[in-house]
Amino acid sequence: MTLTIENLQEIAKTEIDSFESYRYRINVCVAAGCLSCRSDAVKASLEEEIRRQGKEKECRVRGVGCLGLCAVGPLIYISPLNVAYQAVQPSDAPDIIGSLTGAPVSRLLLPADQPFFSRQKKIVLENCGIVEPERIESYIAAEGYEALYQALRQMSPRQVIEEVSASGLRGRGGAGFPTGLKWTTVYKAQRADKYVVCNADEGDPGAFMDRSVLESDPHRVIEGMAIAGYAVGASRGYIYVRAEYPLAIERLRRAIKQAKQLGILGENIFNTPFAFDIQLRLGAGAFVCGEETALIASIEGRLGRPRPRPPFPAEFGLWGCPTLINNVETFANIAPIVRRGGGWFAGIGTEKSKGTKVFALAGKINNTGLIEVPMGTTLREIVFDIGGGIPDGRRFKAVQTGGPSGGCVPEQFLDMPVDYESLRDAGSIMGSGGMIVMDDGACMVDVAKFFMEFCMAESCGKCVPCRVGTAQLFNILERITAGHGRIEDIDTLKELCDLVGATSLCGLGQTAPNPVKSTLRYFENEYTAHIRRHHCDAGVCAMGKAREAIT
Amino acid sequence: MPPATASPGLSSPSISPATPDKRLRIIDRTMRLHGYASHALIETLHAVQEAFGYLDPDLMRYVAGRLKVPLSRVYAVATFYHFFTLKPPGEHTCVLCKGTACHIGGAAEILRRVEEMLEIHAGETTADGKISLMIARCLGSCGLAPAGVFDGTIVGNLTLDTVVNKLQEWRPHDADHRESAGNRENGDRFL
Repeated sequence: MTLTIENLQEIAKTEIDSFESYRYRINVCVAAGCLSCRSDAVKASLEEEIRRQGKEKECRVRGVGCLGLCAVGPLIYISPLNVAYQAVQPSDAPDIIGSLTGAPVSRLLLPADQPFFSRQKKIVLENCGIVEPERIESYIAAEGYEALYQALRQMSPRQVIEEVSASGLRGRGGAGFPTGLKWTTVYKAQRADKYVVCNADEGDPGAFMDRSVLESDPHRVIEGMAIAGYAVGASRGYIYVRAEYPLAIERLRRAIKQAKQLGILGENIFNTPFAFDIQLRLGAGAFVCGEETALIASIEGRLGRPRPRPPFPAEFGLWGCPTLINNVETFANIAPIVRRGGGWFAGIGTEKSKGTKVFALAGKINNTGLIEVPMGTTLREIVFDIGGGIPDGRRFKAVQTGGPSGGCVPEQFLDMPVDYESLRDAGSIMGSGGMIVMDDGACMVDVAKFFMEFCMAESCGKCVPCRVGTAQLFNILERITAGHGRIEDIDTLKELCDLVGATSLCGLGQTAPNPVKSTLRYFENEYTAHIRRHHCDAGVCAMGKAREAIT
Repeated sequence: MPPATASPGLSSPSISPATPDKRLRIIDRTMRLHGYASHALIETLHAVQEAFGYLDPDLMRYVAGRLKVPLSRVYAVATFYHFFTLKPPGEHTCVLCKGTACHIGGAAEILRRVEEMLEIHAGETTADGKISLMIARCLGSCGLAPAGVFDGTIVGNLTLDTVVNKLQEWRPHDADHRESAGNRENGDRFL
């Protein structure tokens, strides 16, 4: 069947009408964070209570995506009352349903006017917590698939690429390569077979933006991929998703199936000659597969080992065909850009970094969760205003961005506007968006060792600098944290960092030294304290006698 | 439908055509869906692990034969990717997250104490076959750090006490009334 714009509008209207026929709409977060606090049980008990009080005609309970503030889940939001509740338990259902007509339940109330909500700007997450991720109708009711219709029926592939270029969107996977440029390269490649690949192998420890987007709004990614397919001339797409994200996989599978049933994926989409199909490929726990050539190898069923570039995947990718690889968040930005124009998007953010960025706040911060802010927001606003500061009255020490490829940004940069360039200048990288906040209880040498252990274990072993270099770096860090360091170790570390970074084959090895380099740059005194005084100020590393007592 | 061409050298009863195992059908179905293409190897190994809990050597041989890829490549893929395991899992599985947020939140200490208590290292199963202890690189549940997965259910804000209590619940009694096998088949795999 082919879908027309009238069909699409009709689906949206039916959905909105049915939704608005209820006086009270209760949205329960069913993304992984709240689900692990039993939000499914909360949802069931709310439904049960509505039946018990005979309010089925007035109230509707919906399972929606991430509401953002994972720290105090399970979260629910009631419209049109504009009331949000936190840490809701199944036993709270009678009070919540009973209070719909009166004053809200004060003990559960989550103030909706706090900076965590008011200081954000949502583009990628605009539907999170609003649409039901498991129903395509709900996405369509939120202007879903209108951008795809617009692209296919009213724009040429060139025009789509021009809008994306004009938006100034840069790759959200971490490196920040201009998306329009990448699309142009694949568009220009002279091959009949081309592919679009969505990189959902979110391997950075401490990052969960992509997981939340996939769990909360999977259709947005599908729409972005289909638009990309039309623009670059590809008719097949793959989503390479971590096997560690079972809920995201389940919702993507369901979303793809629904899109196929409606004719949004398949042949002759919206009565045009354009055909597009998406398949899911599961990762299998290899961090290196986030690197694009390794990811391609893994989709082809081989060992996930990178190869030298060029040729870049845009020219020689999946099965030797031109392949467009973008990150989940990049694809999630596409539909709004097509709908509202590249100029609108370019009006947000800083000179060189346009739009917004989703960050996952975690670590020693009060409001752990998912946020989206315009590029150029300062770290202070993110950590102290939106994030609510450091718990237990402790002192901010550093924020780690970019995972194992990034670095620790210390206190003196708190007023720095966050964008690709400023983070790089501060010795870190934007990365995919994980922000781990550390207080004075964190030992920077231990943090460096933690990431080096990660890189050592995740090195694919193909090139020597990465395979051997990361192991050497780890051994030295292990020695220092055990209290057996030598003062010349610091110079050896610096030299090894430069060597591994300069000579490794792929991004994993090239950026693996970053956590060590940035901690050496700002916290060298901690290294020397470990070495000279056998003392860990933070009390994390057990050294000397304390260590012997443990082992 | 039992496999049409099970090779005669297979020793495991689960693959013998005489006693067709319905779990094999899931594997066959995955391979058929991908047209027995060699690039479906990783997908197929996922199906094997989902159905059997681990990658048995005979099953790897079986997959190699059906997809017409060398056994060496199947073995290489199975050992390269951390998600796959060649050892049968214990009755219960405890996965502790070792991501950055969990590390900052004290996961390393919890892991160390649990290893002591169970007398095994991460990646191993207790001698009585009851509990497998695994680590995950990051579950993406950083908002709830430290986090873990107990028999497929994600649990956040772990403390040493909550983990120890959970493990002790699993330990003393036999699997008399627990339908652990069923749980495991339905549960999410984090091996």
